[in-house]
Amino acid sequence: MNISEGQSTDKIILAKTVKPRPLNAWGSAMTLGWRALLKIKHVPFQLFDVTVFPLMMTLMFTYLFGGALAGSPKEYIQYLLPGILVQTILFITVYTGVGLNTDISKGIYDRFRSMPIWPSAPVFGALMGDILRYSIAAVMVIGLGFVLGFRPQGGIVGVVLAVLLVQIFASSLAWIWIIVGMLVKSPESVMTTSFLFLFPLTFASNVFVDPATMPGWLQAFVSVNPVTHLANASRGLMHGQPDLNSMLWVLVATTIVTAIFAPIALRMYHRER
Amino acid sequence: MNYAIETTDLRKRFGDTHAVDGISLSVAKGSVFGLLGPNGAGKTTTVRLLATLLAPTSGSARVLGHDLLTEAAQIRSKVSLTGQFASVDEDLTGMENLVLLSRLLGHSWRGARQRASELLQAFDLAEAAGRQARTYSGGMRRRLDIAASLIVTPEILFLDEPTTGLDPRSRNQVWDMVRDIAAIGTTVLLTTQYLEEADQLADRMAVIDHGKVIAAGTSRELKASVGSGTLKIHLQDAAQRVAAETLLQSLTNGQSQATTEGLSVQVTDTAHAMHILHSLNNDGIAVAEFSLGSPSLDEVFFALTGKAQQNEVAA
Repeated sequence: MNISEGQSTDKIILAKTVKPRPLNAWGSAMTLGWRALLKIKHVPFQLFDVTVFPLMMTLMFTYLFGGALAGSPKEYIQYLLPGILVQTILFITVYTGVGLNTDISKGIYDRFRSMPIWPSAPVFGALMGDILRYSIAAVMVIGLGFVLGFRPQGGIVGVVLAVLLVQIFASSLAWIWIIVGMLVKSPESVMTTSFLFLFPLTFASNVFVDPATMPGWLQAFVSVNPVTHLANASRGLMHGQPDLNSMLWVLVATTIVTAIFAPIALRMYHRER
Repeated sequence: MNYAIETTDLRKRFGDTHAVDGISLSVAKGSVFGLLGPNGAGKTTTVRLLATLLAPTSGSARVLGHDLLTEAAQIRSKVSLTGQFASVDEDLTGMENLVLLSRLLGHSWRGARQRASELLQAFDLAEAAGRQARTYSGGMRRRLDIAASLIVTPEILFLDEPTTGLDPRSRNQVWDMVRDIAAIGTTVLLTTQYLEEADQLADRMAVIDHGKVIAAGTSRELKASVGSGTLKIHLQDAAQRVAAETLLQSLTNGQSQATTEGLSVQVTDTAHAMHILHSLNNDGIAVAEFSLGSPSLDEVFFALTGKAQQNEVAA
């Protein structure tokens, strides 16, 4: 090979430039966000397997139940789509935990930790990549909605604000999956564990139907389920009738979830293993 | 003497397991130091302690003059670690892996691409630069991993079992790399299960077992500590093997070993060896071939860990 054939190998291996200063916190998080982007480019499947499911749900619910639930598929999708957006993005948050778990098991985490960079950069970088992933998924879901006849009254501004609000809440939820990602053995277990929570959370809400016909105990749960409030807020914004109450609820929930789980996640991340 | 690494009674406990149980080492600047030991001996834990990935339970260490406990950040900026499992991102291409790490270490995008190309060229990966690392062979991943440790020339490079699982050709390539890295003045601390590897690369080595150093020194010193040499004997007639073994046992206080290749005996000096050959001849045991040489590191290791294990059983 080249090195042993004496073509001034020392000079190739030896860094020529003066030792650069390692990136600051923001720069390193952004660079690691770029890494998440590259992963989407190389493994687009990891985006699709979580988006295809909600897309199928949108199609199924709209055409199977739309007529029965809201008179016509077209009317139903006006109700369903803002909620499906919530479900889609919440499911994608799981990938934050999956990615972290993979990094730790593959030893990439050790590499980052032995480098002179901001120690939390890999976590924040992953979160930044995820926010982009949420946006791609949102575009896909809303795009399908348009094809099926979704016409938001709140216009572009309403839709963008709704997506932003869902993303803000999703980033807080991601901290929980980061914790799960560090506790369980394999990426598959991260998925299984988090879906165990996400399925009841997203279905026992008003994403698909108005809870008025549900039994009382379920209504009680639905009314405190953050997903319900997120779906309400998303609907309100998209249809031009902002539900300030729900929006406030979502922002408070986001703050509380982040305040509790982000420090725990970061502390666990920095704990030696 | 200017040491790159100095540890004093370094210990690391995981629950009831004493992974590192009082290791004191001195590694000279610019040298290649080998940590030799079987699986679970504490090699990886020692490296992870020195690379500041773990905090010691007790004891102290200075790495490049910086205290392990209070100056971890300074240490991190001067050392590189190539872990036991190639820590490359399999989803990314070889180029992207190196550009990512170069960026993190502070190169501009342009500089990062340039440095990545240089290293890919030097490590014989230029053709595979645009392929995802998951398509790489074990040897290629290992080379990419080592290249990643050299983006900024480290003052100390930790290599944890750099050739485990590699075919002989890839192993030789890694050995060449280690020699080149040492040639530019970087101190290398490598762990290995292969005695031949330590013998080939390391200026000095420490044999560790159960988290303790059981022997340390140069290859020559280690060999000398076991005995002055080994007499290897091949018999003409395999039928006489039992008779030969019995005789050798009696002549050497049980210090003989039978291997598939023949018999080997630890001897104190040349006269001792002559005496053994003579006795065999007197008993009518014909010797087809014999050789007298320093013991191999395998024999050193067997002697050292064999003793250590006996001690443990006795205790």
